[in-house]
Amino acid sequence: MTEFTPVASLAGGMLIGLSAVLMMLLEGRIAGISGIASRLFPPYGDGGLAGRRAFVAGLVAAPFVVAATGAPVMQTVSSNLVLMIAAGLLVGFGSVWGSGCTSGHGVCGLARLSRRSFVATGVFMATGFATVFVMRHLIGG
Amino acid sequence: MSGKFVSVAVNLGLGLLFGVGLVVSGMSNPAKVLNFLDLFGTFDPSLAFVMGGAVVVAFFGFRLATARPAPLLAERFHMPTRTDIDARLIVGPALFGIGWGLGGFCPGPALTAIGLAAPGTLAFVPAMLAGMWAARSLAARQG
Repeated sequence: MTEFTPVASLAGGMLIGLSAVLMMLLEGRIAGISGIASRLFPPYGDGGLAGRRAFVAGLVAAPFVVAATGAPVMQTVSSNLVLMIAAGLLVGFGSVWGSGCTSGHGVCGLARLSRRSFVATGVFMATGFATVFVMRHLIGG
Repeated sequence: MSGKFVSVAVNLGLGLLFGVGLVVSGMSNPAKVLNFLDLFGTFDPSLAFVMGGAVVVAFFGFRLATARPAPLLAERFHMPTRTDIDARLIVGPALFGIGWGLGGFCPGPALTAIGLAAPGTLAFVPAMLAGMWAARSLAARQG
């Protein structure tokens, strides 16, 4: 079980939205994490590599900044390494193959009312629900 | 200050803001993500509030930001222009969703988790980057 946290989740979600808005206002770009992470390696496509590295550095620093305020940083990650490698390959391949992930399609795309992002978000939510159902209720449980 | 220094500082700040949002919201905790996806088990609806908060802020914020003729630090807005629904837009998100449901990580939360160094994270992130590389390579070959 995890605790239902509507207030913290809404506040955190608004910070995510604010970051995406500022990215658009300042850099004129969609804050899509799969796009940023996948272009940390060549071919870079443009001159934005230093900015992408800095954005990822900010992501990595975030839990330490939150912890420094005294707020709890809760995380439970599966220790099944084979499962996590398979999951990582699917998330990495699928997010780039589909031109976006939870941020680019799920947040920025829905906010732009993009037809492609509504389709993509519907599909990954559906297979996400289905996968957890299979893993927890058909195989596991 | 050079443009590059400003860009690095701005992106560091935006990444930090985004990451703090992920951590505070619970999105960076795979246990919470998997419970959100577990409609018929230990369902935790919190992540609907994350998505809702982020989308509503972005919906209004994008309209304000793009009302300007150009962004503050770049020459023009880089907006996605495609509207077609092709096979890649189905296959990619389908595979992504399966991986998300297996591990409870999507790309942003996985990156915020690196420093916490859980063994599962340290297995997931290199595999994710390899998967991204593979998709880019395959896409480039297909043209």
